[in-house]
Amino acid sequence: MKNEERHQRAVNKLTDIAGSIYDQIDDGKIPKMMIPLRTKSNIRFDPKAAVWKYGKAMGARSAKKLTGAQMLLRTTYMLEFIEGMIKEEKSSTLREMYYISEGWAKGKFNAQDESNMLAEDLEIITQCMREDFKLRPEEDGARVIGNVTIQELDRKGKMKKINCRDDVGDSGYGIPYNVEKDKIEFLDCDADFLIAIETGGMFDRLVENKFDEDAHAVLVHLKGQPARSTRRFIKRINEEMKLPVCTFVDGDPWSFRIHASLAYGAIKTAHLSEYLATPTAEFIGITASDILNYDLPTDKLNDKDIQALNAEKTDPRFNDGFWKHEIDLMLEIGKKAEQQALAKYGLDYVTDTYLPEKLSEIGMMK
Amino acid sequence: MSSIAHELAKKQKEISVSEFFEKNKQILGFDSLTRALITSVKEPVDNSLDACEDAGVLPELLVRVEKIDEKEYRVTVEDNGPGIVKKQVPNVFARLLYGSRFHTRAQRRGQQGIGVSAVVMYGQLTTGKAARVRSKISDEEVAYECDLILDTKKNRPDVIKEDFVIWDRPHGTSFQINVKGKYIGGKQSIFEYLKGVAIVNPHAKITFIPPEGNAVVFERASDIVPPPTKEIKPHPEGVELGELLSMAKYTESNKMTSFLNTEFSRISYRVARDICELAGVPPEQRPDKMRLEQAGAILEAIKKVKIMSPDTDCLSPIGETLIRKGLKNVLGQLKADFYAPPITREPKVYAGNPFVVEVGIVYGGGLNREEQVQILRFANRVPLMYQQGACAITQAVEAVDWRRYGLEQRGGQGIPFGPAIVLVHVASTKIPFTSESKEAIANIPEIKEEIELALKACARRLKTHLNKAEKKSKTRVKFEIVQDIIPMIAQKAAKIVGKPVPKLAGTITKIMNVVWIDDEVKFEKNRHHISVKIYNYTPKSQNFHLHMLLPYDKVDQKTLKMQPIEVREANKVTWDVKRLSSTDILELNFDLHGVPQEQYDQNELYVSGIDSASVIGAEVLPGDWDLEHLRITEEGPAEEPEEGEEGEIDYDEGVEVVKDEE
Repeated sequence: MKNEERHQRAVNKLTDIAGSIYDQIDDGKIPKMMIPLRTKSNIRFDPKAAVWKYGKAMGARSAKKLTGAQMLLRTTYMLEFIEGMIKEEKSSTLREMYYISEGWAKGKFNAQDESNMLAEDLEIITQCMREDFKLRPEEDGARVIGNVTIQELDRKGKMKKINCRDDVGDSGYGIPYNVEKDKIEFLDCDADFLIAIETGGMFDRLVENKFDEDAHAVLVHLKGQPARSTRRFIKRINEEMKLPVCTFVDGDPWSFRIHASLAYGAIKTAHLSEYLATPTAEFIGITASDILNYDLPTDKLNDKDIQALNAEKTDPRFNDGFWKHEIDLMLEIGKKAEQQALAKYGLDYVTDTYLPEKLSEIGMMK
Repeated sequence: MSSIAHELAKKQKEISVSEFFEKNKQILGFDSLTRALITSVKEPVDNSLDACEDAGVLPELLVRVEKIDEKEYRVTVEDNGPGIVKKQVPNVFARLLYGSRFHTRAQRRGQQGIGVSAVVMYGQLTTGKAARVRSKISDEEVAYECDLILDTKKNRPDVIKEDFVIWDRPHGTSFQINVKGKYIGGKQSIFEYLKGVAIVNPHAKITFIPPEGNAVVFERASDIVPPPTKEIKPHPEGVELGELLSMAKYTESNKMTSFLNTEFSRISYRVARDICELAGVPPEQRPDKMRLEQAGAILEAIKKVKIMSPDTDCLSPIGETLIRKGLKNVLGQLKADFYAPPITREPKVYAGNPFVVEVGIVYGGGLNREEQVQILRFANRVPLMYQQGACAITQAVEAVDWRRYGLEQRGGQGIPFGPAIVLVHVASTKIPFTSESKEAIANIPEIKEEIELALKACARRLKTHLNKAEKKSKTRVKFEIVQDIIPMIAQKAAKIVGKPVPKLAGTITKIMNVVWIDDEVKFEKNRHHISVKIYNYTPKSQNFHLHMLLPYDKVDQKTLKMQPIEVREANKVTWDVKRLSSTDILELNFDLHGVPQEQYDQNELYVSGIDSASVIGAEVLPGDWDLEHLRITEEGPAEEPEEGEEGEIDYDEGVEVVKDEE
């Protein structure tokens, strides 16, 4: 679908929402919108795509309650704003939209989280993507280093070839917010696997130790919970270049969730799982077992960590033997560890010993 | 037997009084330096207030505490009472157990006549300095002034210096004493004590000058002196053996029957004869010849004979209006939300002594939500500062399940938590204190039960208020939805789809479905501006009557646009609300002039001729238009039906964390 068509389709869908609200008021009803529940109890495994998507449970956003009424009011303001942008061929960042809502009287957002959530609500209802609404995230700056050659459309409208090892500095190739085909093509890839790393410190350690060359790997820095574009980038390279993917994160409940959203689909954006998740991605560590096996320096789990682990026990995405064991073990030892705790054994230990051991276990390194 | 007792009593007097004092420091209220200083203020203040009331004078007290050195303070208490005649001054201030009150039964602050003399003695023992008393009665040109000490061996006053001086007061008494003590702030301080005095004595003006200087004035909130309390004879039910024997010895009656009839209340000649007959005591016998076993038999007989309860008009409760005034006057700066209408119970009797319990509750606003409720205890208008835990008032507070009345309480007992102050006043001809220091009321079942009942009655009024406030705030939220949000949604949606703005009545009445009455009282330039707005948020047109309780003669008729259809008893005013269409608003505004601000601070609104469940902001008209709080049947919080259609989940109220991030 061409861009103009996509935008026109978005306008039509958004107008339908306004029409539904209008008709309900005109009929003397209390206006409401039905939206699939974005909760962990409402995600279902889609065997065809091998990812988790929203189930059939719906929630009502009704003007009967103050929050619901405010969200509906914000929705109407947002519809008007998006239509305006499409008409005037402008676009805005999510943050800009948050600030624009300052002028929306009682429809003003209290925090950017609220505006981001509403943008996602609209994606779910219209089955469009926020790019179709001319909304984009901030540049997020996730980085890539490895022998991959891509072609990117630059600001001047020219296609530019970039090798992510030879044509970049130490900080690597920055993933732009748009990684669709109209912007990026993968031309060539000479690597055995892609390793997605949670922290900048560990990414830099692997770069300094030349792990990309020695292990024949593509390194991607996730920067915590990966942005949509990072996940999309990894999914595309995985599918189009047939490059196996693994994640290497801290050993705590939050990092387990980083892997889950990358591999299985995030609860918050389960409507896009098919498009963002890489179901074949493997989890390397740090696992709770690693903490014991490698005798790593640890921190005590705090109350929030324990709560998060317990929540994961009822999260359907973690409902398999491996995760059950690791979650229970972490609760049992009551400890967590950072990736960089491996430095206990020296700076080269992670690239010389830990990663080769773990990667050969899953057959990614011989 | 009785003569032996009297012999013993004579000997007891010969024990060195200072020794007696040393041993009984605690029960007299001098066990710590802080407490000694408070007691030194408290005793003369109690006396001053009693004296003013006896004379029917509106009390005006000056209390000054000066620091002399690290541990020595000078306390001065000055009043505008009737003054004391010269001859009596030494005895009143410097003789233990002197005073006219020891054997009488009347509701008084001071009961034993130990109080102020003990202060004199304490001062003298700790600083070696005499007390200075100055007093002037209105007949005299000059005031009498003397320096007094107490001869601790003889329990006699010793005047070391006396003079007549010019005093610019028409009458009054000033008492000054130097004592060893410690001045502190906080909960148990002189300031808190005087604050308590000011609350329960709204007719008194009290000026306090603390050691650091800045004077605090508790202004008078009422110009009515409480009526002087009557003395009554003891009721037979409470009399004890020794007391009976001593009364029989000193009576002027010659026969048992006339003794019983004249010395006790509620014993007629017939009842006296019945008692004698039951006790097997000859009615003609001389009372001073009564033997111990006869006295015992008489007490037994009293229990069996039917005797009327004692007179209760000897009590002087503060009264519901004045408690509220006193609380508002003194605690005004706390900006509390609500002063629950206080409760004054009917007088009751324990052991032959009449007593009455009063309770007031202050709630919300600037009061601390996290802390324990503050309990203000009073006995015969005197604040009780110490031994809170041992007091029947505290025990009664702890026994009430406050969770039912909107306060937090762990396990439904103990002192509750929440933004509230609870005032309890017990008035009696004889307060049963746990000890001579008069700081805690003994746990007498009859008294504790009355306190509990009064607390519950007042707490119900609080709960009614809280229910109303909650209902109103829920409605206020909905009001915001229909007034502000729905019209904007409609406007925006109409613009996007390119159609005219739809009519909102259907949606609005479905969300609200009530008649909402929003009222306000504003006081400005000696006028009360009263505004009542009636919003019909039901789907149909409404007809009903609106009633208000207000001083109709004070309504500025020029400001009243909508005439009432009826005014009864000068304050029960009724308006006819006719054909108020769906989503229409009716405004009723007018001014009151010439009403003191605190006399009208809340509108009392009632409705009739409409289903009360569909009205918010006004109560159902009580059947008798009587409007007494007690008569209004309590309604539980009308549980709103769970909103949302059957089984529909509210999308925006999910408690589950949907994020994968931390």
